[in-house]
Amino acid sequence: MTIHQISVFLENRTGQLAEITRLLAENNVNLRAISIAETADYGLARMIVDDSHKASAILLEHGDILSMTPVWAVEVPDRPAGLSELLTVLAEGDVAVEYMYSLFTHKDGHAYMVLRITDEAAFTAAIAGTDIKLVGMEELGLK
Amino acid sequence: MPNYYQPEIETMPYEDIRALQNERLLKQVRHVWDNVPYYRKKMEEKGVTPDDIQSIDDLYKLPFLSKDDLREAYPYGLLGMPLSECVRIHSTSGTTGKRVVAFYTQHDVDLWEDCCARAIVAAGGTKEDVCHVAYGYGLFTGGAGLHGGSHKVGCLTLPMSSGNTDRQLQFMTDLGSTILCCTPSYAAYLAESIYERGLRDQIKLKAGIFGAEAWSEDMRRDIEDKLGIKAYDIYGLTETSGPGVAFECSEQTGMHINEDHFIAEIINPETGEVLPEGSKGELVFTAITKEAFPLLRYRTRDICVLTRKKCSCGRTHVKMSKPMGRSDDMLIIRGVNVFPSQIETVLLQKGYPANYQIVVDRVNNSDTLEVMVEMTPEMFSDSLGQIARMEKELVAALKAMLGIMAKVKLVAPKTIARSEGKAVRVIDKRKI
Repeated sequence: MTIHQISVFLENRTGQLAEITRLLAENNVNLRAISIAETADYGLARMIVDDSHKASAILLEHGDILSMTPVWAVEVPDRPAGLSELLTVLAEGDVAVEYMYSLFTHKDGHAYMVLRITDEAAFTAAIAGTDIKLVGMEELGLK
Repeated sequence: MPNYYQPEIETMPYEDIRALQNERLLKQVRHVWDNVPYYRKKMEEKGVTPDDIQSIDDLYKLPFLSKDDLREAYPYGLLGMPLSECVRIHSTSGTTGKRVVAFYTQHDVDLWEDCCARAIVAAGGTKEDVCHVAYGYGLFTGGAGLHGGSHKVGCLTLPMSSGNTDRQLQFMTDLGSTILCCTPSYAAYLAESIYERGLRDQIKLKAGIFGAEAWSEDMRRDIEDKLGIKAYDIYGLTETSGPGVAFECSEQTGMHINEDHFIAEIINPETGEVLPEGSKGELVFTAITKEAFPLLRYRTRDICVLTRKKCSCGRTHVKMSKPMGRSDDMLIIRGVNVFPSQIETVLLQKGYPANYQIVVDRVNNSDTLEVMVEMTPEMFSDSLGQIARMEKELVAALKAMLGIMAKVKLVAPKTIARSEGKAVRVIDKRKI
């Protein structure tokens, strides 16, 4: 039950990110999460949007380079130790997290984390029988 | 006080030089005709036989040789002697990665070392000197040439090769090096290190012989000031033996070409027409004493000017200006020949688009090479680690092809500047 993430290549140049977000805004695409990874020379923006197909079509049209990556959305209790408990379970199950960031959405004392985990089998095995809850596209209002 | 290694040759009246060149040219054309089928065929195609060459005035009738010929004839096609008579090779990178290999008989090595000895003596070298050779040793001609020349002069020779600055400085101070031979950019780097470490009082350098890459008068003054030496230019290319084809004297107004071994011409690079003295054009060499690799009318692609103005040093051999540019797209980066086509080959082999840009700059007197590559959807990955691995692989492949480090910079698609639809491949920001 993964959700769609769009990763866009960013040249290390002022205004790059402004250009991409403006483009999404003009087309009425809503950003639900964004995270920037960078090296000295370039970076990439990872985004969760309300309409990933529309967003990717717009960006491709604009000439951007992107990839669609499956990531997991996990519900985390919004209180001390909420994230720590989740990560402890993953660590004990020997699950490697490549990167992680949070969704803007909050709901009833819960936050949502976006996790990139490539070893799906290890991940599902680790969370089986725990009260860790995965959230799907529909529940988050994404398409 | 003038310093000559072979005064009778170096100060020979012009008429005598010309007579010597005539005699040697005729002999050399016959040698090539008899022993180098590749060139003989070129002569036949042009309808020229050795009988048509009666003096230097007939030189223009002979066909040119270019780096393309060397590539086509690789490795033995231009060999003028049986391999059993050859004792050495040196090599330089050529276009698209194919190397150029030059052969030497013992006689060739001897004459080449004489040329380098002339350069060392012109820079004030005697058998009392400690000659610190920090050119690369190996296939590159720099180390071997100056090393041999230093032996001939009788200097104590330090075969340092390049790199390992700590060791360079240790030997320089402990053994009292008096003459430094290396590329100008490495000299500038060493000068900077000596200055920073406050070693100026502990070095005994008096002269430097710097070549294999372009350098400016500003750079010369900078090195001279920092090291308290006189810095001399030296010129040569592997195809014509190596350094020592031409060298600077105390006047520092150009390099004397060793005309007893090489006939120099300046041509219009477009038409091949020979230009009169004082014209700016492409430098062409005919080697008149070389046995194993006897190139006739070899196009160096270096643009320069020749002059026979009387020189205060007393030498009579023609002087060439510092090369002012190239008539092809070759770049000389940290003393290494780099062709954009080599970089293109690597990119294509590694599956990158051929849309790239090469940026050459000089930072702290050392050349930098950056290759900008446009990112493609195929190369892109959500993982920065994966992109970094690809970059690293590309850097390694470029290093293997070029022999020097290049920095790779990934840029967004369609960001590499194009003028009139044609991409600008090379941006050389060096102000030399």
